[in-house]
Amino acid sequence: MAESWGMVIDLDKCTGCQACVVACQSENNIPINDEGLFNQRRAIEWIRIERYWEGEFPDVKARFIPILCQHCADAPCEPVCPVFATYHNNEGLNVQVYNRCIGTRFCANGCPYHVRFFNFWEPEWPDSLKNQLNPDVTVRSRGIMEKCTFCVQRIRRTGRKAAQAGIDKSDAELERGLNPACVNACPTQTLEFGDMIDVLTAVKEGTRLPDEPKSKAGAKVKKELEEDGGRGYRLREQLGTNPSVVYLRKVDEHRKEVITHG
Amino acid sequence: MQDHIQLDQKQINDDLLAGVLGMPKWWLPAVLFLTLVVFAGLGSFGYMMNKGLGVTGLNRPVMWGFFIVNFVFWIGISHAGIMISAILRLTQAEWRRPVTRAAEVMTVFSLMAALHTPLFHVGRPWREMWVFPYDFARGVWPNVRSPFVWDPSAVGTYLIASSLFVFIALIPDLAVIRDRAVNPLVKKIYGTMCLGWRGTPRQWKLQAVAGILLSALVLPVFVSVHSIVSWDFAVLIGVEGWHSTIFAPYFIIGAIHSGVSAVAMLMALSVWLWGLDKYLRPDHFDAIGRLLIVVATTWFFFFFLEWVFALYTLEGVEISLRELQVFQWPYGMLFLIFLATAFFIPVPMWMFKSVRRSAFWMFFTTLLVNVGMWLERFLIIIPGLVRRQPFTFDWGTYHPSIIEILIVAETFAFVALGMLLFSKFFPLIPIFDIKEGMVVRDEIKIGRRIVPATIRE
Repeated sequence: MAESWGMVIDLDKCTGCQACVVACQSENNIPINDEGLFNQRRAIEWIRIERYWEGEFPDVKARFIPILCQHCADAPCEPVCPVFATYHNNEGLNVQVYNRCIGTRFCANGCPYHVRFFNFWEPEWPDSLKNQLNPDVTVRSRGIMEKCTFCVQRIRRTGRKAAQAGIDKSDAELERGLNPACVNACPTQTLEFGDMIDVLTAVKEGTRLPDEPKSKAGAKVKKELEEDGGRGYRLREQLGTNPSVVYLRKVDEHRKEVITHG
Repeated sequence: MQDHIQLDQKQINDDLLAGVLGMPKWWLPAVLFLTLVVFAGLGSFGYMMNKGLGVTGLNRPVMWGFFIVNFVFWIGISHAGIMISAILRLTQAEWRRPVTRAAEVMTVFSLMAALHTPLFHVGRPWREMWVFPYDFARGVWPNVRSPFVWDPSAVGTYLIASSLFVFIALIPDLAVIRDRAVNPLVKKIYGTMCLGWRGTPRQWKLQAVAGILLSALVLPVFVSVHSIVSWDFAVLIGVEGWHSTIFAPYFIIGAIHSGVSAVAMLMALSVWLWGLDKYLRPDHFDAIGRLLIVVATTWFFFFFLEWVFALYTLEGVEISLRELQVFQWPYGMLFLIFLATAFFIPVPMWMFKSVRRSAFWMFFTTLLVNVGMWLERFLIIIPGLVRRQPFTFDWGTYHPSIIEILIVAETFAFVALGMLLFSKFFPLIPIFDIKEGMVVRDEIKIGRRIVPATIRE
C-alpha cells in the first residue's frame, strides 16, 4: 500500500514565532514578499501563521494557527482544474504540476482554506540571494498557481536514500530528511509529519482506528481522536473535504467551553 | 398584428440592400473608431502578457474579475439568437421576421467575444488550447470534470450552430446580391457563397427544412450553454455566494433577459441608422416589449428565489455575504442601480403601450436592462470572492485597472465592429423572409369575401 502523508499541528505548542514560514520560503524558492506585495494582497506564503483573538476584553488572548495546504482527500481544487495541473497522487498528496498549469485560477477560488497562490508577477530575488535558491525545487514563472507540496522534493530524496540503504523511508533515522522544512524548523515541535494512511482512511470511512498506527504522527492523532476529551479536529470539516492535516486544540484550564475551528 | 405596409418586391430589394450596395456616411468613421478601440484593447492584452497579470486589479481573494464578468455577460447576450430565431420560429411568431438575422449575427459575434475573453483571463494564454480535447504530445487528456472544459465545448457548439443558422438564412439573399451586383468580381464572390442558388422549389424546400431542423436541434444548446457557465461558479464549495443549485435556471433566464433586450436595442438602432422604419414597425417593438415583460418577470422570480434559498438557511457566512452585497460600499450602491435598471424602471415602463411602441423608449429601457444585467454578473462574482474568509486576513476588495477596462471595452467594440462589417457585406434584415411575410399577409378577393392568399402548411 502506498503512503498517505499527513500532519499533526498541536496548537497548544505554537508560539507564533514564524520559523516555519521562513523555513518554507527558503526551502521552496518562494519569492521575497515585500511590503508592496502585501499591500497588493498578492504575497505568497505556502504556510502562514494566522493570529486571532479569543475572549472578551479584559480576558482576551492572542492565539496562533499555522495554515498550510490541507492536502484534502476530497479536494475542491482538483476537479475544477481543466488541464490536470492539480490532482491527487497515490501518496495522498495534492500535487501541483507547474508545467501543465495555464492559470485559470479556478482552484484558488475553490479552496476553502485560502492556501493557493497565483504568480501575478515574475518572481525576483536580489543578487545576494540568487545562490540561495534550492536546486531541487522549480522556480515558478508568472501566470501559474503554486502551493504547499509537503516538501515533495524531500520525500523523493529520502525515498532514494532509503532504497540505497535498503530500509523503509519512514525509518526514524531518515526522519529529518523526510520531514518538510517547516516541521524541522519548528522550535516547539508543534508540527509533526508522517505516513498516516491507516489513521486517515479510518477517519474518512468512519471505521475503527488502527491499533498500531504506522507513524508517530499517526499514533498521536489516534490518541487525540480516541481519548475522551481528545483534542483532535480538522479545519472546516463540515465541507467534506477530508483534510490530511489534523489540528490539536489548545489546552486552556481557565475555559470551560470547547473551541474548535469548525 | 394589424399595422403593416405591403411593399412590392423591388422596393424591398432596394431598401434592404441600400447598406450593402451603397455606404452610409457614418459607416467608415464608425468602423475606424471601433477598430481603434479594438487595437487599444489588444495592445493592453499584449502589455499584460508581457508583464503578467499583476497589471490587473486582481488579487488573492478576488482571483476572478472583470474578464469573467464580461464572459458571462456576452454569453448572456448570445442567447438572443436562439430565443428569437429558433423559439419564435417554432412558435410561428410573425413579428420575428425582420429581427432574426440581426439577432443571429449578434449571437455569432458575442459568442466570439465571449470565447476570446478567457484568453485574457488566464495566466498563460499561449497554452489556452490545452483545455481542448486535442491529442498532442503531452498525452494528458483535459479533465472532463472541470466546467472550464465544458465551457469551450458548449460555447463552441453554439457558435457552430448559430453560424450555420446565419448562413442558411443568408443563401437566398446572397443570390439577390449576386444578381444585382455590377462589378464582375463581386458577382463572382457572392455567386460562390450562395452555392448556386437558383430559387427552384426544391432549393426553397431544402432551405426551409434546414432552417426548421436547425431551430429544433439548437434548442438543447439553449439550455446547456448558460447552465454550464453557471456551473463555473456553482461547483465551488469554498465560495458561499456561488454554491447554489438554482444557478443554472437563474442564469439562463437572466441570459434571455439581457439577450432579448439587446435585440430590442438593435431594432431601434436599425431604424435610426439605416432608416428601416418601413420594416420595423411600432408593432414589432410592441411585440418584443410584451415578450420582455414576461422574461423580466420570470427572471425576477428566479432572482428572488435565489435570495430566499440563501437566507432561508440562516447560515452566518451566507448572511454576511448578502450583507456585503446589499449594504456595503460600493456594492450597496451598485445593487440599487442593478435592481432599478434591470427590473424596477423598465418593467413598469413596458406596461404602457406608448412606451412599447416607441423606438426611443424601447432603446432606453433595454439599454438600462443591459447595464443592470452586467452589474448583476458583477454583483454575483465580485462580492462572492470579496467575502471575509475564515483563517485568513487576506480580506480586500477589487479595483479594476485601466488595462482591464480597456480590454472589456475591446469586447464591446469587437461585437459592434463585427455587426457593422457584416451589415456592409450582407443585408441585416432577411430579404426573403420579409417577402415571405408579405406573401403570407397577401389577401385576395373571392366573390364578396376577402381571404388570405396562401395557406400555411
